[in-house]
Amino acid sequence: MSADITVTARTEEPVPATGVTRAAPSARARRRRVRPAALLTPLGSLGAAIGVWYAASYLLLSPDRRFLVPPPQQVLTVSFLDWTHLQPMLQALWLTAQVALVGLLIASVLGVTAAVLMSRARWLERSLYPYAVVLQTVPILAIVPLIGLWFGFGFTSRVVVCVLIALFPMIANTLFGIQSVDRAHHDLFTLQRASRWARLRKLELPAALPSVFTGLRTSSGLSVIGAIVGDMFFKQGEPGIGTLLDVYRSRLQSEDLFAAIILASLFGVAVFAVFTLVARLAVGSWHASADRP
Amino acid sequence: MFMLSTFLTVALKGADVPTIAEETLDATLRFERVDKHFANGTTALTGLELSIAPGEFVAVVGPSGCGKSTLLRLASGLDTASGGTVHAPADSVGYVFQDPTLLPWRTVLANVELPAELTGAPKAERRERALDALRLVGLEGFEKQLPGQLSGGMRMRVSLARALMARPSLFLLDEPFGALDELTRLRMQEELQRIYAETGFAALFITHSVTEAVFLAGRVVVMSARPGRITASFDVPFPHPRPAELRYDPEFGRIAGEVSAALRGGFQ
Repeated sequence: MSADITVTARTEEPVPATGVTRAAPSARARRRRVRPAALLTPLGSLGAAIGVWYAASYLLLSPDRRFLVPPPQQVLTVSFLDWTHLQPMLQALWLTAQVALVGLLIASVLGVTAAVLMSRARWLERSLYPYAVVLQTVPILAIVPLIGLWFGFGFTSRVVVCVLIALFPMIANTLFGIQSVDRAHHDLFTLQRASRWARLRKLELPAALPSVFTGLRTSSGLSVIGAIVGDMFFKQGEPGIGTLLDVYRSRLQSEDLFAAIILASLFGVAVFAVFTLVARLAVGSWHASADRP
Repeated sequence: MFMLSTFLTVALKGADVPTIAEETLDATLRFERVDKHFANGTTALTGLELSIAPGEFVAVVGPSGCGKSTLLRLASGLDTASGGTVHAPADSVGYVFQDPTLLPWRTVLANVELPAELTGAPKAERRERALDALRLVGLEGFEKQLPGQLSGGMRMRVSLARALMARPSLFLLDEPFGALDELTRLRMQEELQRIYAETGFAALFITHSVTEAVFLAGRVVVMSARPGRITASFDVPFPHPRPAELRYDPEFGRIAGEVSAALRGGFQ
């Protein structure tokens, strides 16, 4: 054991492999370790937010107007703890989740494909990218009626809204990733007379992966928003959580409205967290961007 | 047969050919009156003549921006000359960049295998060659590491191993140790010099450092500032492999002094 240590100490570069493998997990452990202070601050702000909520319910509003901001314990007992209220919300959330995920999947495939095509030829980029930007700037609500006319007022249209809203970050980030490949790396492939396909598969796409995941995280959040907006406008078929939000508003069921908003928000956070985790698993070992939430 | 063809070449080309016939036939790499202009109007090289024999180690020193790197880009075919001709081997060229330029998502072994993978070498063969190359640069046992887990010196070793994979007859090195700290730099010079003595490739080594050039090369060539031309050439007669202590030899110091003086002359 002590002999091991002397060897490690004496050998200069290159150090024995064990020395490096020992160092590597510690860096990872440092990343995973959650300091108590890091947990306390968000918990503290959550407490403060609930405090403000109570204050708004009881101090700001008279009893006859308290339905505008029902106090937390009322939301808990009326909605969350009553299965007859909670069950339809969860079911609706599940449907919205399906819409968001299908939309995100389509937006990812389309976005990455479009970006790869644009990166192949300058003229393709110049002719397609402006429309991708336009897609981003057109107010989605303005084209909602058109989407309804074309795709009906059900599941398909909800997905279309998701795709439209989530597409641009996928295109922009993937394209940025591909175009940011180091010039020396390109030279390396040129020296070996690599085919365009080999260059794409072994250099450009892997190098762009961290950017693609950045886009995926942004798009996943947007896709959830798109699904909820879609729910509100395309109400045929099973209701989504967005449909319920609209129903609760019109019936003044404010406890249920609050519960549904909280559920939808938690879902958005969960989706973001899942894609952060996926990014870390995929590229975290060699790219630092996955470390940042 | 060989004699005859030499004679013919001399006879055909006549007296206006400045290069010696044997050198013309033997050279692994040869620049003949090479010019390089860039699109923005700058002239990087003009009328450059340089010839490297098989197994010869030539170092090029020169001020920043004198077109040293352009020399390598032309030799490797990454760039083409505006005038004159560059004779270089079509393949088996090893290129070492200023930075290690490793793919961060690939392990050390996969990085070293990359050139062979791109040229379509069978898996078993390229694995074996990569392991050989890693052994040669002293990185046995590091195959599974990612580049991000290695020190700068070790990354440069991986880069050397990757270039050695091609079993190059010509090795092009573009200030490979410029970014390393002094100690690592000296050790890498000794390593490269040992690998050179073991494998015997021809090398064109670009550097800022006069002592690095004199320590490694059999011939040191001095380039002037833009437009780049060769202004002086010095033979370094010490046999390879060279001990580290050679750097403190008086004769070594004398040659380094002469190269330095020629380099300073190039600025005026």
